[in-house]
Amino acid sequence: MSMSWPTDSLTRAERRALAQSTSRPTSFNIARPAWTNAALGVGGLLALLVLWWLGTDVLASPDGFIRHFSPTTAIPKLIVLLSGPDLPVHILVSLRRVLVGLGFALLVGVPLGLAIGSFQRLNSATSPAFQFLRMISPLSWMPIAVMVFGVGDDPIYFMLAFAAVWPIVLNTAEGVRRLQPAWLSLASSLAATRWETLWHVILPGVLGHVLTGLRLAIGIVWIVLVPCEMLGVSAGLGYFILDTRDRLAYSELMATVLMIGLLGFLLDAGARALYRLATRSHA
Amino acid sequence: MTQLALHPSRHDAPALETPVLQAPILQARGVALRYPGQSRATIEGFDFALAPGETVSLLGSSGVGKSSLLRVLAGLQAPTEGHVTMNDAPLVGVHPRVAVAFQDPSLLPWLTLEKNVAFGLDFKHQPRQSRAESEARVEMAIREVGLTQSRRKFPAELSGGMAQRTALARCLARKPEILLLDEPFGALDEVTRTEMQHLLLKVVRDFRTAAILITHDIDEALLVSDRILLLGGAPASAIGEWRIDLPKPREDFIAELGAIRVDILSTLRGTAQRRAA
Repeated sequence: MSMSWPTDSLTRAERRALAQSTSRPTSFNIARPAWTNAALGVGGLLALLVLWWLGTDVLASPDGFIRHFSPTTAIPKLIVLLSGPDLPVHILVSLRRVLVGLGFALLVGVPLGLAIGSFQRLNSATSPAFQFLRMISPLSWMPIAVMVFGVGDDPIYFMLAFAAVWPIVLNTAEGVRRLQPAWLSLASSLAATRWETLWHVILPGVLGHVLTGLRLAIGIVWIVLVPCEMLGVSAGLGYFILDTRDRLAYSELMATVLMIGLLGFLLDAGARALYRLATRSHA
Repeated sequence: MTQLALHPSRHDAPALETPVLQAPILQARGVALRYPGQSRATIEGFDFALAPGETVSLLGSSGVGKSSLLRVLAGLQAPTEGHVTMNDAPLVGVHPRVAVAFQDPSLLPWLTLEKNVAFGLDFKHQPRQSRAESEARVEMAIREVGLTQSRRKFPAELSGGMAQRTALARCLARKPEILLLDEPFGALDEVTRTEMQHLLLKVVRDFRTAAILITHDIDEALLVSDRILLLGGAPASAIGEWRIDLPKPREDFIAELGAIRVDILSTLRGTAQRRAA
């Protein structure tokens, strides 16, 4: 053969050494202890804080507007706000909306996902329609939602549930498709009724996938929540952002932004912990 | 149907006509199975009777239709023709006193070993029993397969042999009259498989249960069965039968078993040649 790879001229030993050197990074990643990863993560967060501080306190001109958004004012302000009467109420209102929205999404998404995962024809029939609906920003339903559900929490519940339902449906359906056929033969060999098969085999079998879908849904809902709350409500973190802007309370605004990030981080960590708890025995 | 009977001990009559002294516990008459959309039946003209306490191996090469046949005998699949009866009553669906184990131990990963063994005991179509009785049965079944120490472990923590023992315990917890085993030791290593074969002998003896073992391993069939039924042809039917009246365990009867082994192999070869001709 005329074509030759650069490695063709290497001896066997050299090739083995090359293979080892290229495979090392992956094995190194796997072997790295958990605390090293945690330390690296904390380091990254600290670097982010430093970048924020550099941008608002060091690099900005002394009388620049951006200095209002410095961490040196936002972080103390956040502590003050959290001990005050307002912010905790707004946080609770927002979290309640997230929970109700996710609850509706689960209520609709899990049965729908079970059906779609079980029947290939239903999957084929619904797949393009869902891709279409999924790509419509939930916020674009706002005017219609307000006309249908009225002003208040209801249109927000609708939009959050609408945003959260897709990852739950798709992951639940995937979970059903990945159920081990052996588990289903087991159920039929024990003369399980349809209900018993659903309750004792299918639901626990797809739980991990449902929780993965839930975690993705939490990420989406948390992002959609803030703009939703900027429209026609008088409480919640989105409302509070606009409120601080109108009061020209810029350090409070930045403190709220920080709080939104913090809560989102905690929600995601909670979802991950729930997933680990549910699948701890499978490892 | 070609018939080949070899009796290492005293019987001379052709095995298929050997009278079953006790009333059969499970009986198949003229069973045929044809899956929809298939031009040829998978099984045809299968007659079979299982005596109480008897262990029968259904021996055949891969893909011959052994597992389909087991599904029919278990009541998991209705035959296209013929019928299956258990204690003279037609078998409709899975009988609660028939326990099935597959090559895959089919343990549910979210349940402990104990809960896996108890799985299904409280299902609607199972006989009613008190919680205390269920617990006692589960404990007894786990003890029988020697896994009492591991009863709180999850399936991910069990070896292949332990998983298969757990699957066997799950069968035993329902005090089966018939054990149906579909190549249950096929995925295990040689040493573990031998252990499991001895465990099977012990279980059958302790529980006085009848057993049908599906296998493609001639030696396994020779070591554990009272009777071997060779399946072959397409559609599959019984092409030979051997009754083995040797005490178990049988490791000391290699010569006698060797003779049957040769006979089984020559029957298989004869069928293959006839099909080729």
